[in-house]
This record gives sequence, C-alpha cells and structure tokens, in this order.
Amino acid sequence: MDLLEVRKLHRSFGGLHAVNDVSFTVKKGSVKGIIGPNGAGKTTLFNLIAGATKADSGTIVFNEKPVHDKPCHEIARLGIMRTFQNIKLFSKMTCLENVMVGRHVKSKAGMAAGFLNTPATWREEKEIREIALAKMEILGIPHLADTDAQSLAFGQQRHVELARALAGEPRLLLLDEPAAGLNMQETEELGKTIAAIKDLGITILLVEHDMSLVMSVSDEINVLCFGQVIAQGSPRDIQKNPEVIRVYLGDDNA
Amino acid sequence: MKRYLPLFFIIAAVIAIQVWVTACDKSFYLTQLTMSAYYTIVVIGLCMLMGYAGQISLGHAGFFAIGGYCSAALSGADCTVFSHSATGNLFVKLGLLMVKQDLYGSSLVQLHPWICFGAAILITIFIAYLIGMPVLRLKGHYLAMATLGFGSIIYKIVLGTKVFGGADGLSGVSPFEITKGFSICGSMAMRVPNYYFAWLLVILAALFMQNLLHSRAGRALRAIHGNEEAANAMGIDTARYKLNLFVISAVFASVAGIFLTHFNGGIGPSEASTMKSVRYVSMVAVGGMANLWGSILAGIGLNFLSLRGYFGSFDEAVFGVILVVIMLFAPNGILFKPGIPWKRKGEN
Repeated sequence: MDLLEVRKLHRSFGGLHAVNDVSFTVKKGSVKGIIGPNGAGKTTLFNLIAGATKADSGTIVFNEKPVHDKPCHEIARLGIMRTFQNIKLFSKMTCLENVMVGRHVKSKAGMAAGFLNTPATWREEKEIREIALAKMEILGIPHLADTDAQSLAFGQQRHVELARALAGEPRLLLLDEPAAGLNMQETEELGKTIAAIKDLGITILLVEHDMSLVMSVSDEINVLCFGQVIAQGSPRDIQKNPEVIRVYLGDDNA
Repeated sequence: MKRYLPLFFIIAAVIAIQVWVTACDKSFYLTQLTMSAYYTIVVIGLCMLMGYAGQISLGHAGFFAIGGYCSAALSGADCTVFSHSATGNLFVKLGLLMVKQDLYGSSLVQLHPWICFGAAILITIFIAYLIGMPVLRLKGHYLAMATLGFGSIIYKIVLGTKVFGGADGLSGVSPFEITKGFSICGSMAMRVPNYYFAWLLVILAALFMQNLLHSRAGRALRAIHGNEEAANAMGIDTARYKLNLFVISAVFASVAGIFLTHFNGGIGPSEASTMKSVRYVSMVAVGGMANLWGSILAGIGLNFLSLRGYFGSFDEAVFGVILVVIMLFAPNGILFKPGIPWKRKGEN
C-alpha cells in the first residue's frame, strides 16, 4: 500500500523549474532514496512534501488524504516529520527540551493548561519527557539530555534532530542529507539507525549524496535531475542504469 | 518545587518590606512600591513576549493605556438616563449599576467597576488581535517599527479624544471596590491592602508565566524563538502561538493599567507615550531578556527609583541610555546572565 503519492508536482522559482512534473509513490514501511546532482530539486521536493513551500501545481496524497494545500504544521500533525540538511535545532534549549518539542503533535495541553499547571498537564508533561528520553535512548544519546543543544558536535546534533523527529511518532520521516558532514564511521552508524527506525514501522524518504548509505538502506531509489525523475528502481537497477551513470554516478571505466 | 523558589523569595521580601517600612514609619514608600508592582506586571508580560518568544513590542504602553482609559472612562460615565429604562432597572437590581451620591448629594448612577474591568479587557483583547494579526507576520526591526506605530496611534487618540480628557487625561477616577471594605484607591487607610493586592497580582502573573514556560505551550514558544522554520515543521502553529502570546501580554499590560488608574485616581496621556514603551523594553533588557525573575527585579527596582525621582529630570533619558548601553555591551541583558544562581543544571 502506498503511504505517499506524489502526482505531477511542479514548482518553479522565477524561470527555474526546480521540481518539474514529478510523480512517484512511497510504499508503507519502505525506505525510499532520492538521489541526483546538486540543484536537481531534491530539497525543494522535500519542502513541498513537508509543506514548507507550496506547489504551483500537482497533488500530494498522504495516507489517502491530499496534503498539498495544507499548512506545514498541519502536515506535521498528520504524521510527516523531517530533519534538515543544515541542522535546525532550537537554540537556548537543552537537547531534551528540543526532543520534547518534537512531541508537540502528539500532546495537547494548550496555553491555559500551561498557565495553571493542572495535574492533567503535569501527567502529560511527564509522559512527554519519558517518551523524549526513550527516543534519545534509541539514538544512543540519553546522556546528552541536559546539555545545551547548540554546544554539541555536528554528529550529535544530527542525532538530536533525528530524536526530535522520532518523538512525534511520524508515519513518514523525511531525512534531508542526514550523512552530510559525518565521517565514515558515523555514516555507517547512521545506516544502522535508519534500519532501526524502519523496523519501528516508520516509512522513510531519504535524500542523500552518500551512495554507500543510500544503496545499503533504500528499498527503492528515485533519481532526480533538473527537477525531473529520470530513473526509478531498486538500488541494483539504479547502479546499472546508463542514464543515471551518465548524469550522476559516473563511470569508473569511462 | 524548585522552580517556584524565587516566588517564595518574592513573597518573603514583599512581607518583610511592608513590615520594615511600617515599623520605620515610612509607609509612603508603599505607594511607589504599589505603583512599581503594577508596572512590573507589564514587564512580566513583555518579558515572555520578547525574551522567550522573541517578538519585540514597542507598543505595550498603548495596551496599558487602553486598559486604564477604558476603565476610567466607563466607571466615570453617568448612567442615570439608562438606569430609568427597563434594562437599566434590571441592571440596578443585579448590582451591575451602582447608585451613588456625588459630592453635592445628588444621586449618581455608575457602572460597577468589574463591568468596566471586563469591558476594558475585552476591548484590549479585540485591539490586540486586530493589531497582532497583520503585525506579527513581521520580524525583528519591522515588527519593532510596526508596534511603535501602534503605540503612537494610541497616544494620539487619547491625546485628541474628549472623552479621554485630552492632554489633561482623566482624574477623579472612582475607587475600584474589590470586596466590602477594600477598594483600589489612593487613600491612606487602604495603603497596606493595596500594596498586598498589587503584589498578589505580580506573584500570580509570575506564577502563570513560570508555569507556562515549562509547559508544552511554553516550549513551543521558545522553539519559535529558537528556529521558527523547524518549529513549524514540528507541528507548531507558529502564527497562532505568537498571536495568542501577544494578546496575553497585552492583557497583562491592560490589567496593570486598569488597577493602577484606579489606585492613582487618574491617568494621563503620558502613560501611552512611546517613551513608556521604551521604558518597559529596557526593563526587560536589564532583567536579562529571557529571564522572568531578572525582569521582575529590574521592573521593581527601576520603576521605584524612577517614581522616587532619583533620576531627576533626566528620567526618560536614563531609560534611553540604559537601552543603548545594553544593546551595545550586553545584548543578552545584565542581570543574572543565563541561569540563575539557584537553578541547578538540567533543572527545569
């Protein structure tokens, strides 16, 4: 069954067709990789799905509901969470607080409840804290709970961002170049983490330049070039596709 | 429990000061302390808006004035004609209209102060939403300029409106009866209860804000300050949160305006002036921007010094200088830089 269906999506900036007539689907429980040269429109595609920018035309159907006309926060509430290419953590907050914000979509205490700090909010707060810590545990960073998020090393910040997205228990997780800036060992660990997240039943859409990572974790790959999908298939097929080799992967024997 | 510790300090200090001042027979200090307390309520609301949610407002004196002026004008309105009508009669029976006698012994029908209070708050909420909706789309300097514009509009309105007394403002505002035997007014006999009432409001405001800060909504607000785009992606309706907080802080300012106006028995257009707004902002800045307790301390301290006339005729210049100096040398504020002494690491 398809969790996400993108149909004829189009978005241009001035004369540039960043995303041009893109259609694809993502199966529930799978990991879909999106690769392509720089400027192929991968991040724009992500922003469109997450609702950060609006499409000029085309539809996005998530969990059988059209979401392309919904605001960003609404889409998050429906179960699409994301990480950012250039990490976006909340400054002046601890790691735990950052992750707790990720739980926003699954909790409900409003401002009035916040003012009065009633036993009900109190219980919810405790639950949020526990779940946030549990997610940090999955990523192996529970010891960072009380540290200022912005003082962390790059790789650790990525983990916090990932834990934050997981705290919302999304159905679909959008990972925008999660391996950028990580060394080989960290990338390898990231591969294991992504596999573990997939085992939680979360569908993943992954934009990545690190081929070893994409090829090892993806069930299916889309290749984007100049805003268009030029190839689609399993990692094995993609590696053999002559068009993909020409525009992106390159051929060692050429 | 630890997060409420500063609150107990404040309560202890409030009682200690009252006892000490009364013992020294210097209870005139209580008047300025009461006024400082009301101004501090504005500072508390602004501290949440600016320090934690990162939305600057240079128009909060406007909201203070809206509260004060509305309540003053309404409670001073003569409703004699209205009271003769059928609904008016019902209002009198319900106690919503009060039949009093003026100085010359003729009867005077006025609205109950709580009605005026409610109306003033509703008007504040309405205006805050009206202004906040378009203006909060702006960021940084643009937001500052837009709110500055709002503040000067209110200033010009109160200055040019007859009902609001023009340049003279409104005086002879009637006492605000809270319970039998206690009303908000400037009379000597009411000095001590008034002092405690004002401080009770400060403590409540601080308690509410402290609770909010460590709640889901408070985290959302801080997240907006931290990174608005990411906050939005985490499912936070950033526009709504910002607007709601803006309105809440406006209501805080309005409540302070209402009670202080009844306490002083009057209000003048200077309460709506831009310099007043700048003053509130500078107090939040001195307090350490995102520091609730620091801003309370700064609010009380600076207001008290100003009201006692320590700054002389340079009063307004002092606040301007404070703001410039802070922005230059300590943009994060000077009081209790990040983390207060009694706040353990990791304690929320």
